[in-house]
Amino acid sequence: MIKGTAIIKNVLKSTGNTTIFGYPGGAIMPFYDEIHEDAEIENILVRHEQSAGHAADGFARASGNLGVCVTTSGPGATNLITALANAYYDSSPVLAFSGQVPTKLIGNDAFQEADMVGSTVALTKQNYQVKHVDDLGRVFKEAIYIATTGRPGPVFIDLPKDVQNGECTLPDPIPDQVEIIGYNPKVFSTGAKLQVKRALDLIMDARYPLVLAGGGVALSHSNKELEEFINLLRIPVVYTMMGKGVLSDDHPYVLGMLGMHGRKRANFAVSEADVILALGTRFSDRITGDLSQFPGYPDAKVIHVDIDTAEIGKNVPADIPIVADLKLAMEEFLRQLKKRLKNPDKNTINSWWYRYIKELKESSGIPDVKIPGKTGRIVPEKVMFELNKVIQPDDIIVTEVGQNQMYAAHYLNLRKPRTWISSGGLGTMGFGFPAAIGAKVAKPGVEIWLCAGDGSFQMNLPELATVKQHDLKINIVVLNNQYLGMVRQWQELFFEKRYACTNLACKDGLYFPDFVKLAEAYGLEGMRVDKPGDVHDALKQSMASDESFLIEIVAEPESNVLPMLSPGGALNSFYSRRRKKRSIYEWYAKLPRNEFEAKDYKVEIVEDDDVNVYFEKEEQ
Amino acid sequence: MSTSKRKSSDTRVPIALLVYDHPGVMMKVTGLFARRGFNIASISVGHSEREGFSRITIVAEGDEATIEQIIKQLNKLVDVVKVQHLHPDRSTMREFALVKVDVKDNQARQEIMTLVEIYRGKVIDVTTKTMTVEVSGSEQKVDSFIDLLSEFVHIKEIVRSGLVALLRGEESITLD
Repeated sequence: MIKGTAIIKNVLKSTGNTTIFGYPGGAIMPFYDEIHEDAEIENILVRHEQSAGHAADGFARASGNLGVCVTTSGPGATNLITALANAYYDSSPVLAFSGQVPTKLIGNDAFQEADMVGSTVALTKQNYQVKHVDDLGRVFKEAIYIATTGRPGPVFIDLPKDVQNGECTLPDPIPDQVEIIGYNPKVFSTGAKLQVKRALDLIMDARYPLVLAGGGVALSHSNKELEEFINLLRIPVVYTMMGKGVLSDDHPYVLGMLGMHGRKRANFAVSEADVILALGTRFSDRITGDLSQFPGYPDAKVIHVDIDTAEIGKNVPADIPIVADLKLAMEEFLRQLKKRLKNPDKNTINSWWYRYIKELKESSGIPDVKIPGKTGRIVPEKVMFELNKVIQPDDIIVTEVGQNQMYAAHYLNLRKPRTWISSGGLGTMGFGFPAAIGAKVAKPGVEIWLCAGDGSFQMNLPELATVKQHDLKINIVVLNNQYLGMVRQWQELFFEKRYACTNLACKDGLYFPDFVKLAEAYGLEGMRVDKPGDVHDALKQSMASDESFLIEIVAEPESNVLPMLSPGGALNSFYSRRRKKRSIYEWYAKLPRNEFEAKDYKVEIVEDDDVNVYFEKEEQ
Repeated sequence: MSTSKRKSSDTRVPIALLVYDHPGVMMKVTGLFARRGFNIASISVGHSEREGFSRITIVAEGDEATIEQIIKQLNKLVDVVKVQHLHPDRSTMREFALVKVDVKDNQARQEIMTLVEIYRGKVIDVTTKTMTVEVSGSEQKVDSFIDLLSEFVHIKEIVRSGLVALLRGEESITLD
């Protein structure tokens, strides 16, 4: 006979999931009692259940393993829902379990009862309510298997209190293996081999081929294969926000992020490509712009590799669909490619496209910003420029959501997969800080940088207590511009500057809250920086600190993250610094279309955007 | 049932599902239709040939791309074991309906009975003022029976089972 809670504990231990993020309460007390004084299981005590979910998510993203979170029933469990949705949209493997009222009270509207299975149906990969203690071992093993295989995602388990306390009668309560009929996560068919061959035919005959790398590259651990592939073919790469870091931004063929706040050179390359190899991406509206104008080149062909059949053809029709585990697909691509490269006349991809891309990349870097913005405060680009100087290749960047996120995604140079953690699909303000906690627990040896705005940081601010209590070192950079910056930016561009409810400032104009004092209230150090010249030293000081350190950047209140696509517009037009809609071809000349044009062709950037036109007065 | 996004290019497509007989599975299936704005014309569910598994027949409405998405999304549900689009010329399909009508006089009663006979239905309950009849067949047959009936009597109540369907011949979506 073994108690229900002991089964849960044993499954967690035997699967190596000994770190959990949670917050106790009435209906989950049996479980917490079980792990009390157990040296192997560590519970990171967050200050709000939403943070438990985001921290487990951050842990999963940083480590590549399952993240586990625990809450009580009712409000504890409903607080978890945002975090589950967030993990679902970004395909993050999270196991969440909550206490529930005893089975005999379910449906009676008992104290702290909430229908969690009903509430999480649309927001989890799978969910369970365990009605009998004999099912516990199997359900937990199944849940972990489902969360971590195929396209990863969150799985939720509802645990009535009497099931936790129940005594299991099975001789073998935890099965070694679980089999779920109809769930086949390891996907690679013989048909896929043929599709890879057809895809390679297309790529090697293309004039302007391009790789579009999504978050699936990191999830499937296929970044090494991808790098070898693009090196062999000399083929340029753009990535989605979720794909940031899968290849080094220093790599000569990596053009950066595409999409709404993407690099112009990346959006340009997508608009010009005639064959796009899309890897582990779901073609979100934030990267395609207007679907009817995507991709931009006439009759461009799309090869779409994804483990989830339902993503293929959902938004962008695929000329060559390949349903596969990306790792297996990339291995097959490499195997077939190496065979072909022995054949000398098929040796390289179109050389002018390659040269063009390389020159394009070299001629559009990130300039330093030495002067303050219009009102004399620090512009966020400056912070990103200085961050690029201090971050090490293994350091992990975590962002909140909004302008802070887009500045970081656009400008920061990252070098390794899983060093970029950001809420993509759901866009959850408040995700960053707890996710940074999860990342630090997963990777205690590396520096964690949280890039936050004053709006989003205040959403899960009490986690300052968690980092203090558990001695977790996070470098917190708050870009305080006293606005909900991204919404204000949209109001400026599309709502005639009617700043409805986006101003977070006090009447007296003083910057508030005093984030440094807040850090101090939690026993941590902080520093307010109001001169561009001081940013670098502040970052250095934070790095040198043993404890979490908060840097409050007094930021230019009305700065915009630009360039920006117009919502619903195509990738090849965007808003410039001068708040005018421009065609991308005003910046970059069209590509040569034949050998003759390509002869002596030089890349000409008519006028690069980055920060140099930033301080010009608005055109009337 | 839901009425969002209905277009003229939409067709009605019967889909067969083999699912785990777990609590909440119907909610997961119907919830998916609601969340993604897909339309359900009818749905029926019952035990399958194998213990622990249920069989669902859904008639979905949508254009070709929507139907393809519906099938892919249904396949993604962990509790859904198999999904099969049932092409009308490769499937047998039946719907079952019970209809309760008001009966004013003997002549009306005779007419109803004649109609029931033509449609190979059955009279299953009779009172002095009402009759309840059953009819089964294709959706169109059931529709036309009800239309005709409503021409000369008042229909009090209709209940329809929703379509149930199987592939013809040896093809099947069983587990073995």
